Amino acid sequence: MNRRPILALALGAALLIPGCTGTGGTAKGADADAPDDPSKVGGSITVLTQRTDLVADGTMKKYAAAFNKTYPKVKVEFEALTNYETEVKIRMNTENYGDVLMIPAIIKKDDYPRFFASLGTQRERSEKYRFTGFTTVDGKVYGQSPIGVIPGFVYNKRVWAQAGVTDWPTTPAAFLDGLEAIKSRTDAVPYYTNFAAQWTLSQWTSVNGSVGCDPQGTTKLAEGDPWAKGADLRVGDTLLYDMVRRGLTEKDPTTTNWEESKPRLAKGELATQWLGTWAIIQFQDAARKAGANPDDIGFMPFPAQADGRFCAVVSPDYNQAVNVHSDNKPAARAWVDWFTEKSGYDKDNLAISPLDDVPLPEVLKPYETAGVKLIELDDTQGAKVKLIDNQSEVGIYAPEYRQDLVDLARGAKKGDLDDFFADLGKRWTETQANLGS
Amino acid sequence: MADTTEKAAFPAVAGAGPAAPAPAPAPRRARVRRGVTPWLFLLVPLALLLTFTYAPIVNMAAYSFTDWDGVSPELRYTGVENYTEIFTREDLFRVFFVSGYYLAASAVQIVAALYFATVLSFNVRFRNFFKGVLFFPYLINGVAIGFVFLYFFQDGGTLDSVLALFGLHTDHAWLGTSVSANTSLAGVSLWRYLGLNFVLFLGAIQSIPGELYEAAELDGANRWHQFRHIIAPGIKPVLTLMVILSISGSLSAFEIPYIMTGGATGTETFVIQTLNLAFRFNKTGLASAAAIVLLLIILLVTWVQRRLVPDDKVDLV
Repeated sequence: MNRRPILALALGAALLIPGCTGTGGTAKGADADAPDDPSKVGGSITVLTQRTDLVADGTMKKYAAAFNKTYPKVKVEFEALTNYETEVKIRMNTENYGDVLMIPAIIKKDDYPRFFASLGTQRERSEKYRFTGFTTVDGKVYGQSPIGVIPGFVYNKRVWAQAGVTDWPTTPAAFLDGLEAIKSRTDAVPYYTNFAAQWTLSQWTSVNGSVGCDPQGTTKLAEGDPWAKGADLRVGDTLLYDMVRRGLTEKDPTTTNWEESKPRLAKGELATQWLGTWAIIQFQDAARKAGANPDDIGFMPFPAQADGRFCAVVSPDYNQAVNVHSDNKPAARAWVDWFTEKSGYDKDNLAISPLDDVPLPEVLKPYETAGVKLIELDDTQGAKVKLIDNQSEVGIYAPEYRQDLVDLARGAKKGDLDDFFADLGKRWTETQANLGS
Repeated sequence: MADTTEKAAFPAVAGAGPAAPAPAPAPRRARVRRGVTPWLFLLVPLALLLTFTYAPIVNMAAYSFTDWDGVSPELRYTGVENYTEIFTREDLFRVFFVSGYYLAASAVQIVAALYFATVLSFNVRFRNFFKGVLFFPYLINGVAIGFVFLYFFQDGGTLDSVLALFGLHTDHAWLGTSVSANTSLAGVSLWRYLGLNFVLFLGAIQSIPGELYEAAELDGANRWHQFRHIIAPGIKPVLTLMVILSISGSLSAFEIPYIMTGGATGTETFVIQTLNLAFRFNKTGLASAAAIVLLLIILLVTWVQRRLVPDDKVDLV
């Protein structure tokens, strides 16, 4: 019996030595150059994607077939990952993480050159593409988002019109009045938090930038208190709090259902949800399936104006990148370029094109009519914001603190809103100070 | 365990007292082969055990002394910093209050399982049917259970409609407040694991020789007496084991709250918190340390319990 601990210790010591971590990061700083002659590029590439739905219904195969018309010798295979972030993160401890992949949020910007091959310098790429700043390290770009998205409220136009609100509210107070009107004049739930789905609540962080119409929104997060009076996140979070507080949301948020919420909004049982342009097409599809009118799905900006104009932040979706360990870099690069420019993925998703000179999609026509100002946030401090967020465990990209906020608003958690914001702000700014800003 | 195998392997040596004349030793090669044989049988299970149980634990222990984020090639050795952080941050330990709900539920669960096992070990009509009914929930996949019960507790869901049949219109959001959500979740886990406890108790009870009951009945013992003096002492080892498993299970409750609420509304358990540290905030080092701390706590609780209730030999006859 008494021999057992010694055995365990010996084993432990033996395993400890090679056990630490297997991450190599050898091929730092490789380039994936665009091939000159499409007919000469060959090889087989694997594309990792989070769009399980598009792989399952064969849409991705159609893209690959169209790609093969230009690049006949490249074989494209797709691997759809249900839990993309977590699965890719674990795979990235090896060299085998596909040839083309979406850059997971967890990867530190400084580490991009270890994991991805460069697509070129920012100076040349920014002439043609949007969002290059989000993946630039030392002047080189490591990823390209195939679509741009704008956060906003997906709403049912018919229900809002029934309640007598036809113009977009311009202040949070006016927005709340609109929801009150929906509550009293229609049967619809004015706002659906989708609390149980969790990620739907972290969407609220994307109000950052739209409230004050400031391209330096991210820098402000890195340098100031996001919950100071008048700060963008505070304005957004207060609106969420007020909606729940005044009973303008669903009765029992803890058992909400995301898939079910799409047809319900289309049919007019729910009136509004804070999501993004990417959601419009899903709601329209759900409307068609539920026998409702897809044209009822509308999209409106956050109820705040700067200089008499609404403001909307255009940001990249997942950025596509080339694995630095890939054996078929030219083919992988060809896929990234083709998918960004020629696949039509942006149009299929009613999204904003990553190319600078393409006009807005049809659904955003009301944005043009209303003269909504589109801005892009400067992401120079993006990595630092992520670091502060992780270190402080506040989680502006995680659902927990907003779930707490909703619980606070509906009385399931005791406390005062100002104290709640003060505590978040304290944790955030203390971490800032510790990181030596 | 180790001692018995050795005795079995060297019967000649063990059997021979110092006074008896030593029998002619077996040829050396035969002895070596006899010594090696048991290890050959153990090779595969040992390899599996080392690769999939001990190696990951050792790896995790190594990570717990670093500030690794789970993917970056760079990691720094930070000494006991992670452990100091865990023990100095009281918010990390507050989640153990949630375990109280599961602990209470497992007390109810053990009593209920014991009751059903006792009743069904006697001749009852439809006893096999009831055995099946009780064991069935344990066979369902935990994720499915989570989703089924989400519908069950939904506003206007199964529970509300059943209560409405009895004229009770509660209009209660079952997962809405911290107390009610934790009670509901603990209830679900009681429902799920009752079957396992029940089957183990039933097996133990049925291993008690039947003549004992007959003899007891002749002596005029009623069912309670039989339970008190025959069944309870007869299944004591299984009972102790169940208590230990329940406590460690309550401390590390995870599946059901994670699927149903994701830790919202004060239902976060220590394991959910650890998972969030590792995957939401990318503090793999700190999360590893938290996992090690949980392991140590469970080992400690088990040890204390074994000291309080020593594992005696059962001797009924």
